Amino acid sequence: MQIYLPIAEVSVNAFLLLGLGGLVGILSGMFGVGGGFLMTPLLFFIGIPPAVAVATEANQIVASSFSGVLAHFKRRTVDFRMGGVLLVGGLIGAALGVQLFNALKEIGQVDLLVTLSYVVFLGIIGGLMFIESLRALMRSKKPGAVPKRRKHNWVHNLPFKMKFRTSGLYISVIPPIMVGVLVGILAAIMGVGGGFIMVPAMIYILGMPTKVVVGTSLFQIIFVTAFTTLLHATTNQTVDMALAVLLLIGGVIGAQIGTRIGLKLKAEQLRILLAVLVLAVCGKLALDLLLQPSELYSLGTGGGH
Amino acid sequence: MRFLLLLPLLLLSTLAAKGEEVVAGLSQNRVAITANFDGSEILIFGAVKRIAPPPEGDPLDVIITVSGPMSPVMVRRKDKRVGIWVNTDAVEVDAAPSFYAVASTRPLDDILTNTEDLRHKVSIENVIRSVGAPATITDSENFTEALIRIREDKGLYQTLENGVELSEDTLFRTSIALPANLTEGDYNARFLLVRGGSVVGEYVTELDVSKVGLERWLFNLAHEMPLVYGILSLFIAIVAGWGASAFFRRYLNS
Repeated sequence: MQIYLPIAEVSVNAFLLLGLGGLVGILSGMFGVGGGFLMTPLLFFIGIPPAVAVATEANQIVASSFSGVLAHFKRRTVDFRMGGVLLVGGLIGAALGVQLFNALKEIGQVDLLVTLSYVVFLGIIGGLMFIESLRALMRSKKPGAVPKRRKHNWVHNLPFKMKFRTSGLYISVIPPIMVGVLVGILAAIMGVGGGFIMVPAMIYILGMPTKVVVGTSLFQIIFVTAFTTLLHATTNQTVDMALAVLLLIGGVIGAQIGTRIGLKLKAEQLRILLAVLVLAVCGKLALDLLLQPSELYSLGTGGGH
Repeated sequence: MRFLLLLPLLLLSTLAAKGEEVVAGLSQNRVAITANFDGSEILIFGAVKRIAPPPEGDPLDVIITVSGPMSPVMVRRKDKRVGIWVNTDAVEVDAAPSFYAVASTRPLDDILTNTEDLRHKVSIENVIRSVGAPATITDSENFTEALIRIREDKGLYQTLENGVELSEDTLFRTSIALPANLTEGDYNARFLLVRGGSVVGEYVTELDVSKVGLERWLFNLAHEMPLVYGILSLFIAIVAGWGASAFFRRYLNS
């Protein structure tokens, strides 16, 4: 069944969108990530204009994060105070990101920016995750070796300290705000929630306990992506509601299935799988930049000035 | 000035050739882009009306064009810089139709002279208006060619040689496939009668292509009240997220 998307102005198969939503939903449920980093490139591949894909994906992440955070509210694993501080940075970052996105759209470099961001960030995160989980696998084979955790780093020597009771931390607000800004910019440019960057940053830079990390990150992502959606909707009119709804339906169902699959696998295996997946997406996008494209020319709307 | 002097002469010549006139119709005057729009085919037909018997000599040919609204297009070219392919050069084409199909009884080159093609803007190359490329770009025609090539691949530009059936030098018909990725606007269908390389009769009719129903409503809301549209999108997302989690908790977990 073909469906004509009112904002993207392309006709696509509705079942394909439901299927993509479901597939990414399963993966996001299995790994506890938003899945934006997979969905946005997939939308490019099926011919959705990048500007529409990025804006609409932000809208879809609001739904999946909201669905996910409800469970964490119940278990009281959301650090609202930390979430609030991260949010302040996130909103600043999102506003900057949308400005940057629009400026580069004018000069025709937005595709490059989006693809480059994907290659760089997916490459770094995927690589780190892969090494880390390989090490963890080897450690689990050698009993007795307990991972050491650093108690103090540069984060503890900055001013403006604040108490975060749920996380059991007393640290400066500067690092969380900076993490928030970075993730906000990425959310606006890449059409992702940024969980895949925020979660490691919270654990390794801020030193937050693992049990509150996912809930807090989801809590913050809802607001940043909601804000990004509004900014894209009001400045570019690129949020496609029909596209978002189809992806949502597939996504929420897939996420529930994925969560059940995830429970049956071991944490290390899951992380290695996720790392491989991230690196695969990264590799595909990198090839697009490195190999000569079959069509050197591309069309955009003119008369913008 | 010389052109102005020639004008009455031109008018006279068209009047003289007015022996043949087009009477034409479309299978539909309106193409509605609904939510499940996946392309459409319009049937175009008509007849040549004559007061006198058809003139001797050159055979009659018919050209039918269907054209979408004109708009500027930015054409960008990638080049290898520091090892990766990035957009470097760009040329803005001043006006290009969003859709253009030209169907004729025989190949255009055989039935129409270049001057007539230019004057009546018949072939795709002549419909596209490109005035100035930046001085740094010396091969601006490559950009126009790329524009035509890309849109031809998407079925947006079509050249249908031998696409018009003409019977008894009087009745003609053709059908034009509108692709699924059509944009809305005021389209027009043009009928040209050709004899001996020049146009002897012309008739234009309109074709309205527009989104209807939910498509129309969403598009208007997004452009006229973007804030309301944004909030509505978020509202749907929140409800869907909450609904899914509540549904699965109730029916699958317990």
